[in-house]
Amino acid sequence: MVHWTAEEKQLITGLWGRVNVEECGAEALARLLIVYPWTQRFFASFGNLSSPTAIIGNPKVQAHGKKVLTSFGDAVKNLDNIKKCFAPLSKLHCEKLHVDPENFRLLGDILIIVLAAHFGKEFTPACQAAWQKVVHVVAHALAHEYH
Amino acid sequence: MVHWSAEEKQLITGLWGRVNVEECGAEALARLLIVYPWTQRFFDNFGNLSSPTAILGNPRVRAHGGKVLTSFGEAIKNLDNLKGTYSKLSELHCDKLHVDPENFRLLGDILIIVLAAHFTKDFTPACQAAWQKLVGLVAHALARKYH
Repeated sequence: MVHWTAEEKQLITGLWGRVNVEECGAEALARLLIVYPWTQRFFASFGNLSSPTAIIGNPKVQAHGKKVLTSFGDAVKNLDNIKKCFAPLSKLHCEKLHVDPENFRLLGDILIIVLAAHFGKEFTPACQAAWQKVVHVVAHALAHEYH
Repeated sequence: MVHWSAEEKQLITGLWGRVNVEECGAEALARLLIVYPWTQRFFDNFGNLSSPTAILGNPRVRAHGGKVLTSFGEAIKNLDNLKGTYSKLSELHCDKLHVDPENFRLLGDILIIVLAAHFTKDFTPACQAAWQKLVGLVAHALARKYH
Protein backbone atom coordinates (compact mmCIF):
# COMPACT_ATOMS: atom_id res chain seq x y z
CA MET A 1 0.00 0.00 0.00
CA VAL A 2 1.21 3.48 -0.84
CA HIS A 3 2.16 5.74 2.04
CA TRP A 4 1.19 9.41 1.80
CA THR A 5 2.50 11.98 4.27
CA ALA A 6 0.06 14.55 5.58
CA GLU A 7 1.98 17.19 3.62
CA GLU A 8 1.67 15.22 0.36
CA LYS A 9 -2.08 14.78 0.88
CA GLN A 10 -2.45 18.48 1.53
CA LEU A 11 -0.44 19.43 -1.56
CA ILE A 12 -2.50 17.09 -3.72
CA THR A 13 -5.99 17.83 -2.45
CA GLY A 14 -5.23 21.53 -2.01
CA LEU A 15 -4.22 21.96 -5.63
CA TRP A 16 -6.97 19.67 -6.91
CA GLY A 17 -9.60 21.88 -5.30
CA ARG A 18 -8.46 24.68 -7.59
CA VAL A 19 -8.24 22.69 -10.81
CA ASN A 20 -10.77 23.45 -13.54
CA VAL A 21 -11.30 19.82 -14.49
CA GLU A 22 -13.01 20.59 -17.80
CA GLU A 23 -10.28 22.97 -18.94
CA CYS A 24 -7.27 21.06 -17.66
CA GLY A 25 -8.64 17.73 -18.84
CA ALA A 26 -9.20 19.04 -22.35
CA GLU A 27 -5.74 20.58 -22.41
CA ALA A 28 -4.04 17.45 -21.10
CA LEU A 29 -5.62 15.19 -23.70
CA ALA A 30 -4.92 17.70 -26.48
CA ARG A 31 -1.26 17.98 -25.46
CA LEU A 32 -0.96 14.18 -25.37
CA LEU A 33 -2.29 13.92 -28.93
CA ILE A 34 -0.07 16.77 -30.15
CA VAL A 35 3.19 15.96 -28.39
CA TYR A 36 2.90 12.17 -28.81
CA PRO A 37 1.06 11.89 -32.14
CA TRP A 38 0.93 8.09 -32.14
CA THR A 39 -1.62 8.31 -29.34
CA GLN A 40 -4.10 9.61 -31.91
CA ARG A 41 -4.61 6.03 -33.02
CA PHE A 42 -6.86 5.44 -30.02
CA PHE A 43 -9.11 8.28 -31.07
CA ALA A 44 -9.64 7.57 -34.76
CA SER A 45 -13.38 8.24 -34.39
CA PHE A 46 -12.84 11.74 -32.97
CA GLY A 47 -12.80 13.55 -36.30
CA ASN A 48 -10.33 16.25 -37.20
CA LEU A 49 -6.97 15.76 -35.46
CA SER A 50 -4.91 17.12 -38.35
CA SER A 51 -3.14 19.97 -36.53
CA PRO A 52 -2.56 21.36 -33.03
CA THR A 53 -5.28 23.93 -33.65
CA ALA A 54 -7.72 21.26 -34.82
CA ILE A 55 -6.93 19.04 -31.84
CA ILE A 56 -7.24 21.84 -29.28
CA GLY A 57 -10.58 22.93 -30.75
CA ASN A 58 -11.98 19.43 -31.24
CA PRO A 59 -15.12 19.07 -29.07
CA LYS A 60 -14.74 15.29 -28.71
CA VAL A 61 -11.18 15.75 -27.45
CA GLN A 62 -12.39 18.35 -24.97
CA ALA A 63 -15.24 16.17 -23.72
CA HIS A 64 -13.11 13.09 -23.39
CA GLY A 65 -10.31 14.99 -21.70
CA LYS A 66 -12.77 16.19 -19.11
CA LYS A 67 -14.03 12.62 -18.58
CA VAL A 68 -10.49 11.31 -18.10
CA LEU A 69 -9.52 14.02 -15.62
CA THR A 70 -12.79 13.63 -13.70
CA SER A 71 -11.84 10.01 -13.25
CA PHE A 72 -8.45 11.17 -11.99
CA GLY A 73 -10.35 13.04 -9.31
CA ASP A 74 -11.47 9.68 -7.97
CA ALA A 75 -7.84 8.85 -7.28
CA VAL A 76 -7.44 12.11 -5.36
CA LYS A 77 -10.50 11.21 -3.24
CA ASN A 78 -9.19 7.68 -2.68
CA LEU A 79 -5.45 8.13 -2.23
CA ASP A 80 -5.28 5.18 0.15
CA ASN A 81 -7.00 2.79 -2.23
CA ILE A 82 -6.06 3.75 -5.75
CA LYS A 83 -5.49 0.19 -6.99
CA LYS A 84 -8.98 -0.93 -6.09
CA CYS A 85 -10.49 2.31 -7.31
CA PHE A 86 -9.00 1.86 -10.79
CA ALA A 87 -9.39 -1.94 -11.09
CA PRO A 88 -12.47 -1.80 -13.34
CA LEU A 89 -10.90 0.91 -15.52
CA SER A 90 -7.71 -1.13 -15.73
CA LYS A 91 -9.65 -4.13 -17.02
CA LEU A 92 -11.47 -1.91 -19.52
CA HIS A 93 -8.25 -0.41 -20.89
CA CYS A 94 -6.72 -3.87 -21.26
CA GLU A 95 -9.61 -5.96 -22.52
CA LYS A 96 -11.71 -3.52 -24.53
CA LEU A 97 -9.56 -0.50 -25.39
CA HIS A 98 -6.21 -2.29 -25.86
CA VAL A 99 -4.19 0.68 -24.64
CA ASP A 100 -0.47 0.15 -24.03
CA PRO A 101 0.06 1.06 -20.35
CA GLU A 102 3.04 3.23 -21.34
CA ASN A 103 0.44 5.77 -22.44
CA PHE A 104 -0.81 6.15 -18.85
CA ARG A 105 2.68 7.25 -17.88
CA LEU A 106 2.78 9.71 -20.78
CA LEU A 107 -0.57 11.21 -19.83
CA GLY A 108 0.62 11.54 -16.25
CA ASP A 109 3.72 13.44 -17.45
CA ILE A 110 1.49 15.68 -19.55
CA LEU A 111 -0.79 16.38 -16.57
CA ILE A 112 2.21 17.58 -14.54
CA ILE A 113 3.08 20.02 -17.33
CA VAL A 114 -0.50 21.26 -17.58
CA LEU A 115 -0.60 21.86 -13.83
CA ALA A 116 2.73 23.69 -13.99
CA ALA A 117 1.46 25.84 -16.87
CA HIS A 118 -1.76 26.67 -14.98
CA PHE A 119 -0.41 27.29 -11.53
CA GLY A 120 3.00 28.76 -12.40
CA LYS A 121 5.00 29.63 -9.26
CA GLU A 122 2.46 27.92 -7.03
CA PHE A 123 3.36 24.59 -8.55
CA THR A 124 6.28 24.42 -6.15
CA PRO A 125 8.90 21.68 -6.22
CA ALA A 126 7.22 19.99 -3.22
CA CYS A 127 3.90 20.18 -5.02
CA GLN A 128 5.46 18.73 -8.15
CA ALA A 129 7.00 15.86 -6.17
CA ALA A 130 3.64 14.96 -4.60
CA TRP A 131 1.82 15.11 -7.90
CA GLN A 132 4.47 13.06 -9.70
CA LYS A 133 3.89 10.43 -7.07
CA VAL A 134 0.11 10.49 -7.67
CA VAL A 135 0.37 10.19 -11.44
CA HIS A 136 2.83 7.37 -11.06
CA VAL A 137 0.57 5.48 -8.66
CA VAL A 138 -2.44 6.02 -10.95
CA ALA A 139 -0.52 4.78 -14.01
CA HIS A 140 0.56 1.73 -12.03
CA ALA A 141 -3.00 1.06 -10.86
CA LEU A 142 -4.34 1.36 -14.40
CA ALA A 143 -1.82 -1.23 -15.56
CA HIS A 144 -2.38 -3.51 -12.58
CA GLU A 145 -5.15 -5.66 -14.07
CA TYR A 146 -3.42 -6.17 -17.40
CA HIS A 147 -2.88 -9.73 -18.52
CA MET B 1 21.15 14.13 -38.58
CA VAL B 2 18.13 15.62 -36.89
CA HIS B 3 15.66 17.56 -38.96
CA TRP B 4 14.21 20.74 -37.47
CA SER B 5 11.29 22.48 -39.12
CA ALA B 6 11.44 26.26 -39.35
CA GLU B 7 8.54 26.38 -36.92
CA GLU B 8 10.36 24.21 -34.37
CA LYS B 9 13.48 26.39 -34.56
CA GLN B 10 11.36 29.49 -34.09
CA LEU B 11 9.54 28.00 -31.08
CA ILE B 12 12.84 27.02 -29.48
CA THR B 13 14.91 30.11 -30.12
CA GLY B 14 11.94 32.42 -29.56
CA LEU B 15 11.26 31.07 -26.09
CA TRP B 16 14.95 30.81 -25.23
CA GLY B 17 15.38 34.52 -25.84
CA ARG B 18 12.97 35.14 -22.96
CA VAL B 19 14.48 32.64 -20.51
CA ASN B 20 16.27 34.00 -17.45
CA VAL B 21 19.03 31.39 -17.59
CA GLU B 22 20.29 31.97 -14.06
CA GLU B 23 16.83 31.73 -12.51
CA CYS B 24 15.51 28.85 -14.59
CA GLY B 25 18.75 26.94 -14.29
CA ALA B 26 18.73 27.26 -10.51
CA GLU B 27 15.11 26.17 -10.36
CA ALA B 28 15.62 23.22 -12.70
CA LEU B 29 18.53 21.82 -10.71
CA ALA B 30 16.71 22.42 -7.41
CA ARG B 31 13.61 20.61 -8.67
CA LEU B 32 15.75 17.70 -9.88
CA LEU B 33 17.31 17.33 -6.44
CA ILE B 34 13.94 17.65 -4.68
CA VAL B 35 11.76 15.51 -6.92
CA TYR B 36 14.40 12.84 -7.59
CA PRO B 37 16.34 12.84 -4.29
CA TRP B 38 18.82 10.18 -5.38
CA THR B 39 20.37 12.73 -7.72
CA GLN B 40 21.72 14.50 -4.64
CA ARG B 41 24.48 11.89 -4.55
CA PHE B 42 26.28 13.76 -7.34
CA PHE B 43 26.38 16.94 -5.26
CA ASP B 44 27.73 15.70 -1.91
CA ASN B 45 30.00 18.70 -1.53
CA PHE B 46 27.26 21.25 -2.09
CA GLY B 47 26.43 21.62 1.59
CA ASN B 48 22.90 21.72 2.95
CA LEU B 49 20.45 19.73 0.79
CA SER B 50 18.32 18.59 3.71
CA SER B 51 14.97 20.03 2.62
CA PRO B 52 13.27 21.68 -0.37
CA THR B 53 13.81 25.07 1.25
CA ALA B 54 17.50 24.34 1.85
CA ILE B 55 17.96 23.13 -1.70
CA LEU B 56 16.17 26.10 -3.26
CA GLY B 57 18.24 28.54 -1.23
CA ASN B 58 21.56 26.74 -1.63
CA PRO B 59 23.96 29.09 -3.47
CA ARG B 60 25.97 26.25 -4.98
CA VAL B 61 22.84 24.66 -6.38
CA ARG B 62 21.85 27.98 -7.85
CA ALA B 63 25.26 28.60 -9.37
CA HIS B 64 25.57 25.13 -10.81
CA GLY B 65 22.05 25.21 -12.18
CA GLY B 66 22.89 28.41 -14.00
CA LYS B 67 26.02 26.77 -15.43
CA VAL B 68 24.11 23.71 -16.64
CA LEU B 69 21.43 25.77 -18.33
CA THR B 70 24.00 28.08 -19.93
CA SER B 71 25.49 24.99 -21.50
CA PHE B 72 22.01 24.11 -22.73
CA GLY B 73 22.06 27.43 -24.53
CA GLU B 74 24.94 26.09 -26.61
CA ALA B 75 22.62 23.39 -27.91
CA ILE B 76 20.18 26.02 -29.05
CA LYS B 77 22.87 27.91 -30.95
CA ASN B 78 23.91 24.61 -32.57
CA LEU B 79 20.66 22.78 -33.24
CA ASP B 80 22.13 21.17 -36.33
CA ASN B 81 25.15 19.78 -34.53
CA LEU B 82 24.11 18.68 -31.06
CA LYS B 83 26.28 15.58 -31.07
CA GLY B 84 29.42 17.57 -31.91
CA THR B 85 28.53 20.29 -29.40
CA TYR B 86 28.16 17.85 -26.52
CA SER B 87 30.92 15.40 -27.37
CA LYS B 88 33.35 16.67 -24.73
CA LEU B 89 30.67 17.07 -22.05
CA SER B 90 29.55 13.53 -22.77
CA GLU B 91 33.05 12.21 -22.18
CA LEU B 92 33.31 14.28 -18.99
CA HIS B 93 30.03 12.95 -17.57
CA CYS B 94 31.08 9.38 -18.32
CA ASP B 95 34.79 9.35 -17.52
CA LYS B 96 35.03 11.83 -14.66
CA LEU B 97 31.58 12.44 -13.19
CA HIS B 98 30.13 8.92 -13.59
CA VAL B 99 26.60 10.17 -14.09
CA ASP B 100 23.99 7.64 -15.19
CA PRO B 101 22.62 8.98 -18.51
CA GLU B 102 19.07 8.42 -17.27
CA ASN B 103 19.61 11.58 -15.23
CA PHE B 104 19.95 13.67 -18.41
CA ARG B 105 16.47 12.55 -19.39
CA LEU B 106 15.17 13.44 -15.92
CA LEU B 107 16.72 16.90 -16.05
CA GLY B 108 15.20 17.41 -19.49
CA ASP B 109 11.75 16.51 -18.12
CA ILE B 110 12.29 18.93 -15.24
CA LEU B 111 13.29 21.71 -17.63
CA ILE B 112 10.01 21.28 -19.53
CA ILE B 113 8.11 21.68 -16.27
CA VAL B 114 10.12 24.78 -15.29
CA LEU B 115 9.42 26.36 -18.70
CA ALA B 116 5.72 25.51 -18.36
CA ALA B 117 5.60 27.09 -14.89
CA HIS B 118 7.40 30.23 -16.09
CA PHE B 119 5.68 30.80 -19.40
CA THR B 120 2.25 29.30 -18.54
CA LYS B 121 -0.14 29.89 -21.48
CA ASP B 122 2.74 30.87 -23.77
CA PHE B 123 4.14 27.37 -23.36
CA THR B 124 1.73 26.11 -25.98
CA PRO B 125 1.39 22.45 -26.99
CA ALA B 126 3.43 23.12 -30.15
CA CYS B 127 6.08 24.82 -28.05
CA GLN B 128 6.12 21.87 -25.65
CA ALA B 129 6.51 19.41 -28.54
CA ALA B 130 9.51 21.30 -29.95
CA TRP B 131 11.19 21.57 -26.56
CA GLN B 132 10.57 17.92 -25.72
CA LYS B 133 12.27 17.02 -28.96
CA LEU B 134 15.22 19.22 -28.00
CA VAL B 135 15.68 17.87 -24.47
CA GLY B 136 15.47 14.32 -25.80
CA LEU B 137 18.22 15.04 -28.33
CA VAL B 138 20.43 16.79 -25.79
CA ALA B 139 20.09 13.82 -23.43
CA HIS B 140 20.96 11.51 -26.30
CA ALA B 141 24.01 13.59 -27.29
CA LEU B 142 25.23 13.64 -23.68
CA ALA B 143 24.99 9.86 -23.51
CA ARG B 144 26.65 9.28 -26.84
CA LYS B 145 30.30 9.05 -25.70
CA TYR B 146 29.57 6.64 -22.88
CA HIS B 147 31.45 3.40 -22.85
